[in-house]
Amino acid sequence: MALEIDISKKLTDLTLKVSFTSGSGPLGILGPSGAGKTMLLRCIAGLERPDYGRIVLEGRTLFDSDRDVQVPARARRIGMLFQNYALFPHRTVEENIAFGIDGMPRADIAQRVNTWLQRTHAEGVRRRYPHELSGGEQQRAALARALCIDPDTLLLDEPLSALDSHLRSQMEAQLQETFTTYRRPVLMVTHNIEEAYRLGTELLVLSHGRIAASGAKEEIFRHPPSLEVAQLTGCKNFSRARAISDHIVEAIDWGCRLRLARPLPASTAHVGIRAHHIDFEEASGTTAVGENVFPCQLVRSSETPFRVTLYLRLIRNSEDLGDGVSPHDLQAEVYKEKWQRFRDRPMPWHVRLSPEFLFPLPG
Amino acid sequence: MALPALTDWSPLRISLETSLVATLITLVLGVMAAAWRDRHTGPAMAFLDGVLLLPLVLPPTVVGFFLLLLFGRQGPIGRLLLRLGTTVVFSWPATVIAAAVVSFPLMYLTARAALQQVDHRYLEAARTLGAAEWRVFREVALPLAWPGILAGTILSFARALGEFGATLMVAGNIPGRTATIPIAIYFAVEADDLRTAVAWCAIDLVISFALLGALYYWTHAQGRARWVRH
Repeated sequence: MALEIDISKKLTDLTLKVSFTSGSGPLGILGPSGAGKTMLLRCIAGLERPDYGRIVLEGRTLFDSDRDVQVPARARRIGMLFQNYALFPHRTVEENIAFGIDGMPRADIAQRVNTWLQRTHAEGVRRRYPHELSGGEQQRAALARALCIDPDTLLLDEPLSALDSHLRSQMEAQLQETFTTYRRPVLMVTHNIEEAYRLGTELLVLSHGRIAASGAKEEIFRHPPSLEVAQLTGCKNFSRARAISDHIVEAIDWGCRLRLARPLPASTAHVGIRAHHIDFEEASGTTAVGENVFPCQLVRSSETPFRVTLYLRLIRNSEDLGDGVSPHDLQAEVYKEKWQRFRDRPMPWHVRLSPEFLFPLPG
Repeated sequence: MALPALTDWSPLRISLETSLVATLITLVLGVMAAAWRDRHTGPAMAFLDGVLLLPLVLPPTVVGFFLLLLFGRQGPIGRLLLRLGTTVVFSWPATVIAAAVVSFPLMYLTARAALQQVDHRYLEAARTLGAAEWRVFREVALPLAWPGILAGTILSFARALGEFGATLMVAGNIPGRTATIPIAIYFAVEADDLRTAVAWCAIDLVISFALLGALYYWTHAQGRARWVRH
């Protein structure tokens, strides 16, 4: 049960050049728009022809530039969920689903359509036309249509981006349910970091047509292999850095020395920490400065319903409390309950950059 | 003015039969050509477009003259037909050929525009679902382009019904066989039979209004077919 891809294709503003293997289970393909994510799916589905390379699905060669093999899209048995679902507007939901299973007895078709209507919880809208459906219902129908052909792999192009936020979690649950029963490769393209993390077990970060990182999602998020991947996975805090010893780094932009739990590679050029990993020394008075704890002051804050983003400026030894207009050094994210507890405390506050959450980034 | 009595109703029958058959031919050929052209690009195709659209811009008499050269006894197709023991010039099939040729570009243009407007994602979705190209065309592209194609069919029919110059050149004016309404009007006026001419003009007016009504209906009401009607 595997999908092997090794292709390159020249596009107008970048060259897509990727090589990876996906086993059973969902692979989240994360990247900014224009990174070549959709083109990658289109190449696999046979809607575009790569310039060079190979695509092998379940032992079937779908594309091989050396042997001039190019299996047409219709013969690939690949379930594709398009970004806006592309349900045929002139067909009802059940007619849409039945489209892919042409050429078998009528009763068998009806039975298969019923099965998939049930599995995607779309029985209620079977006789409706796509324009009569909500976004979520459209996605259920499109999912049923793609899975009804019993595809060897499922490709999803930004499956949730067309949905309102309240539908999104509902459909995410639907996708999760589908992924657990469908034990074949699933590739899901998204530019939404949280979506990719929640739905994929493995991640592949694509940038400018190249793979910037791939592997287990926890590992990529905890130890991004490069500054770019750290940024693409949503990390906000970086400083240029120089390794002092095995575990001590000098953070040049932050003007401080930090201890890291992990041994530093010699090539360390940056050090980073995620916004929600920054902690505050709540109990402290004014003299709590310890290891990886630094005095700071609030530059500004920005609230979402449940969290607060705090923009902080570290107070350097040689400086006074600052002018309050200088740009921030760190961006911290805390729950509002926590913020309520220390928001009225006098400056300076003390941030803790825990050694286990700091990660080094090679140059 | 009293309704003039028409003694010979054959031009109405000939006109309707000719237009109907010619429209069926242009419908099939026009849609096929448009679908084929949709998949091919390049400078040669632009030239082909020019050739296909020529009957639209050429004076109908010039088109008729070319048809005469092609289908006449000395023409390449004419000689072929002669060898099969038949000839088409100055016969009813010639009226159909003339009407089909002049109405073809309208059908081709509208069918092409209608097919191009179909969102290619639907066609791609159909392909990933295992449909062969013919099925993609017949079950997805054609139904989605149908309102536009239908409008083109009505335009073609109207154009075929009004055809005069090319028809006169290749089919002549043989009462009861090739004399269509426009030809009947011309020769009635020439023979100073104004009553007959007016009668045929009135009939043409009625047909034309009916066609415009149908066109309006199909493009406005039915054109927004049930899947987009609210």
